[in-house]
Amino acid sequence: MSADSSEIPLVELRGVTKVYGQGQAAFQALRGVDITIRQGEFVAIMGPSGSGKSTAMNILGCLDVPTEGAYVFRGAHVEQLTRRQRALVRRHYLGFVFQGFNLLARTSAIENVELPLLYRGEPHGVRRRAALAALASVGLAGWEGHTPAELSGGQQQRVAIARALVSEPVLLLADEPTGNLDTQRGREVMELLASLNSEKGLTVVMVTHESDMARHAKRVVHFLDGLVERDHRNGGPH
Amino acid sequence: MLWNSVLLAVRAIRRNVLRSFLTILGVVIGVASVIVMVTLGDGATQSVKDQMQSLGANLLMVRPGMRMGPGRDAALSPNFKMADIEALAEQIGSVKAVVPTASAMVTVVYQAKNWQTTVTGSSAAYFQTNNWRLASGRFFTEAEERAGSAVCVIGSTVRRELYGAESPVGTTIRVKSFACDVAGLLESKGQGGFGMDADDMIVIPLRTLQRRVRGNDDVTGLQVAVKEDASIDAVIEQIKVLMRERRKITEGEDDNFTVFDTRQIADTMSSMVRTITMLLGSVAAISLLVGGIGIMNIMLVSVTERTREIGIRLAIGAVETEVLSQFLIEAVALSSFGGLIGIFSANAIALGVTRLIDVPFMFNPGMNLVSFFFSALIGVVFGYFPARRAAQLDPIEALRYE
Ligand SMILES: Nc1ncnc2c1ncn2[C@@H]1O[C@H](COP(=O)(O)OP(=O)(O)OP(=O)(O)O)[C@@H](O)[C@H]1O
Ligand SMILES: [Mg+2]
Repeated sequence: MSADSSEIPLVELRGVTKVYGQGQAAFQALRGVDITIRQGEFVAIMGPSGSGKSTAMNILGCLDVPTEGAYVFRGAHVEQLTRRQRALVRRHYLGFVFQGFNLLARTSAIENVELPLLYRGEPHGVRRRAALAALASVGLAGWEGHTPAELSGGQQQRVAIARALVSEPVLLLADEPTGNLDTQRGREVMELLASLNSEKGLTVVMVTHESDMARHAKRVVHFLDGLVERDHRNGGPH
Repeated sequence: MLWNSVLLAVRAIRRNVLRSFLTILGVVIGVASVIVMVTLGDGATQSVKDQMQSLGANLLMVRPGMRMGPGRDAALSPNFKMADIEALAEQIGSVKAVVPTASAMVTVVYQAKNWQTTVTGSSAAYFQTNNWRLASGRFFTEAEERAGSAVCVIGSTVRRELYGAESPVGTTIRVKSFACDVAGLLESKGQGGFGMDADDMIVIPLRTLQRRVRGNDDVTGLQVAVKEDASIDAVIEQIKVLMRERRKITEGEDDNFTVFDTRQIADTMSSMVRTITMLLGSVAAISLLVGGIGIMNIMLVSVTERTREIGIRLAIGAVETEVLSQFLIEAVALSSFGGLIGIFSANAIALGVTRLIDVPFMFNPGMNLVSFFFSALIGVVFGYFPARRAAQLDPIEALRYE
């Protein structure tokens, strides 16, 4: 713990609660969560189904706001930002990888990867080069012209990772990135994420059900019933 | 920024060509029918004008009866007499010439071929007042007219039917029961429109027609050519007064003849055609509106269908206005593309139909341009609601949408 204190906190959840619905139907998905993640960390979030992992990820990803509590992203209070400002935070600082890949159908790999840069207003040449480099970095050089339907699940997820990386985010959020993959493809994707963290210093937060996958992370946060039950450093392979 | 939205919209359209095509079909049909209707209407109006022009300007027609068309009571409104012609020519100062006409349906025969046509009997001045020109030969002369000679000038349709490519001048044809020398061939005036063929007729001297075809002295029509500087209305009034006197119509009694001004007929007919054009055009415009609603419908479906895609875009960092403009541009691009297809096919169709019904093809650049902008406008109007709906989606729910 003492080694981490010198590092800058990247994101901080302070007493975050999330209530879905109102009145009788109200459901408290998060009940006061405190997490601090520093630059360069690789955090795995685990916990039973319905414990609030995805809810927390959505808040970390500025896709949603806490009902109560504070979310500080690089010193800025996200809970006070407008919808548009949160979109701009996502555009400039965040990368997402989803369980279901979420690539645009009937769209080539390279156009999918280019998309975040298009929203950033980068010119054509810059987009091309960055997208090709990102595809190469996930081991998909030569697959630029393939549409999702022409790629395997593992390849699709790697395209999705390339898309998340292309805008050089400060934080990569992955909600069950291996959930739709077989063990072998899952391990490859995990190794990719781990190497991005260890070699490029990319901060990664990942939700997973499998402790096998969580072993790649440096830190594991356990959720239970909308609370952080356990938060510990990982021995693992590191 | 806008350029990026255009790029995104184009990619989205390209991703689903069939759906894009079906989306714009309504606009294509709407725009096409408006343009076809208006172009044909313009052509018909022009055709009426041309036809009237070919009758000659400053020409008045005097006919027995109180109105045009059939149903005339011959006893109450008798035909004109030969003396009426001279009276009109001499007693009204502004009259340049009075051309009497009478006509009949006859069968004309040349060698083994025969043809049913209209024979008009008139004076030599008839050709000039009616703007006829010779293709070959000559008109008949005043001497032949006075003598009631068996001589005729034939229209190009009659020539085609009886002679084919052969030259008719100098030959003899049989008109009803007498042999008639063909003195001249008239230049074609072309189809008159409305199924009337101005060239399907022959002209012979009035006296010949009266004696050998109709068997009476009747003149069924008078064409009055008026001097260029004269007031048409004043001449009409003078003709009415004179003819009432000659036909012994007492005061208070109605006229039993009618004076038509050819220009007036032309105006009436073209305003009629214009009204019909506007009516058909409005019906077509409604179909354009329906096309617009079709776009909205499919854009709405497409927003639902593409909910996940919108979620991805929002997660990646698209702001609301970018999603809005992408969908709006998609709608505008689709509808104006539909408009373009509509414009091209409409002009092709109109060109074909005008050829078919033989009216001039009147390309109207203003209307084509307006149609284009209108179809783009349809995209804006009917695309806005679905686009706003897409832009306001919640990213999490959109991503979770199956
Ligand atoms: N939009 C919503 N409206 C109402 N309830 C919701 C909503 N989203 C999540 N919940 C509820 O909040 C709780 C936490 O959901 P969350 O998706 O965070 O769980 P999770 O830990 O990601 O589970 P899993 O491992 O199954 O993905 C669940 O009980 C869920 O039913
Ligand atoms: Mg989840």
